[in-house]
Amino acid sequence: MARTYLTRSAPETGEVERRRWMFRHPLVIRVTHWVNAICLLVLLMSGLQIFNAHPALYWGKVSTFDAPLMAMTQTEDDPPKGMTTVFGHGFDTTGWLGSSVGSDGEAADRGFPAWTTLPSNQDLTGGRSWHFFFAWAFVLNGIAYLLYGLVSGQLRFRVIPSRDQIRHFGASIWEHLTLRFPQGDEAKRYNVIQKLTYLIVLFVLLPVQVLAGLAMSPAMNAAFPFLLTLFDGRQSARTVHFVVASLLVLFVVVHVALVLLSGFRNNMRGMLTGWFVIERKVEPAVPAGEPRA
Amino acid sequence: MSRSPNRRALLVGASATAAAAMLGGCDRLGNAEWFRRTLKTGEDANMFVQRLLLGEATLAPEYAEADISPWFKPNGTEDPPDRDYKALAKAKFAKYHLVVDGLVEAPFKLSLGELRKLPARTQITRHDCVEGWSAIGKWTGVPLTDLLSRAKLKPEARYVVFHCADTMDQGNSLEGGGDGEGTDEVPAGNANPSMTKQSGSGESRKDSGGQQASEDTAASGGSPVRYYESIDLVDAFHPQTILAYDMNGQALPISNGAPLRLRVERNLGYKQAKYVMRIEVVESFANLGDGKGGYWEDQGYAWYAGI
Ligand code: HEM
Repeated sequence: MARTYLTRSAPETGEVERRRWMFRHPLVIRVTHWVNAICLLVLLMSGLQIFNAHPALYWGKVSTFDAPLMAMTQTEDDPPKGMTTVFGHGFDTTGWLGSSVGSDGEAADRGFPAWTTLPSNQDLTGGRSWHFFFAWAFVLNGIAYLLYGLVSGQLRFRVIPSRDQIRHFGASIWEHLTLRFPQGDEAKRYNVIQKLTYLIVLFVLLPVQVLAGLAMSPAMNAAFPFLLTLFDGRQSARTVHFVVASLLVLFVVVHVALVLLSGFRNNMRGMLTGWFVIERKVEPAVPAGEPRA
Repeated sequence: MSRSPNRRALLVGASATAAAAMLGGCDRLGNAEWFRRTLKTGEDANMFVQRLLLGEATLAPEYAEADISPWFKPNGTEDPPDRDYKALAKAKFAKYHLVVDGLVEAPFKLSLGELRKLPARTQITRHDCVEGWSAIGKWTGVPLTDLLSRAKLKPEARYVVFHCADTMDQGNSLEGGGDGEGTDEVPAGNANPSMTKQSGSGESRKDSGGQQASEDTAASGGSPVRYYESIDLVDAFHPQTILAYDMNGQALPISNGAPLRLRVERNLGYKQAKYVMRIEVVESFANLGDGKGGYWEDQGYAWYAGI
């Protein structure tokens, strides 16, 4: 494992070395990470704009207009209410879903509120332009990441759990739940839950999202009819696309929370410059300056 | 962590401000012409790649009778306000003629009765509105290929334009009503009330369009904007591209485009022009409407509608 790291000694020389610098993220990984973050944000917000053009989801080949799986509507009341119906159960979501106030101060009939969509006003064609441009950026960036990751060995190292990690799976879960973040050598690699999460995001959620996006295209349906079989129809593909987008939001929320909790500055420096500090476990004091890698 | 509450509040405040600035920034970017054009390269890439992937005769999926939607949601214009159209409809389209002209050797006209006597194709296909919903219907009609071969395209022919009976707006930006006919089918459309609000600039036109365009439009000598659409020869000669006069085994209802509508499968709903009056073969659609190749295209939608 040591092969992956360059280390440099802590700048505060003279002191007992508590911290060790490690070059954690190569340039390609850093660049593709941030490009990906921007793409996901734009895809999400422009996607919500597209969703708002017909804020209802169905299962199967076609829209069963009188029995949607989920729908957002504005009521006729004065003032209007926003209603969200999920599997036949209605919820009052005024101000958030179904009916919300836009930049003009007027309550409007819209699925997701203006501040979550791109563009913020109702503009399906604008949303589609953003969505498709960033879908291409996202896919090309993803391919660059995967190719680099495979060739450099970074991908395997980063996301495939090693044997010892699998053996200590239970213990890891416990550490995770109690928010105890690994220190010392163990902090050099991702822990097993982190690896599995990234594995699922990279090789399940994101590919499914791309395929579901393509399955909604009538031209792609002609070229690759199996896309429809895969998702059980175009309307289910749209629903899957929406659900996976929500799961990606969940992932990003947890991801960002953990970045904050486990040392925001260090993590950010790591993903911006590549350099990351490993806090040495205190107990087994290692003589200062002794090379470790 | 050593962060003080103040610092945290500052951070949160700063992030919120940054987020708001970013949103505003994106909207402003989205309105800049150069940026809009840049974003559109994504849609150009869609067409380029999808055309590579699709064979000329790759068929859109066809469905079984049992899959037909009980209600085929009409969208866009559901009852053209135009006086001429109303007169035709009143007489059950007995006086209707489809005109095929433009860059052809042998322009012609056919009545509905004559069209019905030509060899027909029936297909059960899925209609996907750009808004996101889908419906399945059974269409019977004349393959466009047959009409075009009868008219014999001139070598310069590149696009086939469908001029429709329904007035969308009382616009004044267009050159003559004569040019842009249009159909409607507003995939983006009017069906869903929210749609009407959609395309920023287009919205006022749309609102005023459909319904009020009405009878006097034609009479007033103004320049009404009628629905129109265009496809290129790849789609025009596709085996599933038909001019349908029947839906689900019955004469096409007015709300779905009677007496004749285009089915150009492998494309979204706004391409499927309804109330088709005239088929014009052209070299370029630059001087029709606002020059983008169709009513919704003029409102910003992509000319290529494969996704
Ligand atoms: C190559 C990748 C992608 C393609 C080709 C794609 C394509 C599409 C298409 C065609 C639609 C329109 C659906 C409709 O007609 O209503 C759509 C909607 C949407 N997209 Fe994507 N998309 C992609 C990636 C993503 C990603 C990564 C996200 C989330 C971060 C996302 C979020 C959404 C959302 C929320 C919607 C609206 C809701 C829905 O219809 O499911 N998309 N996308």
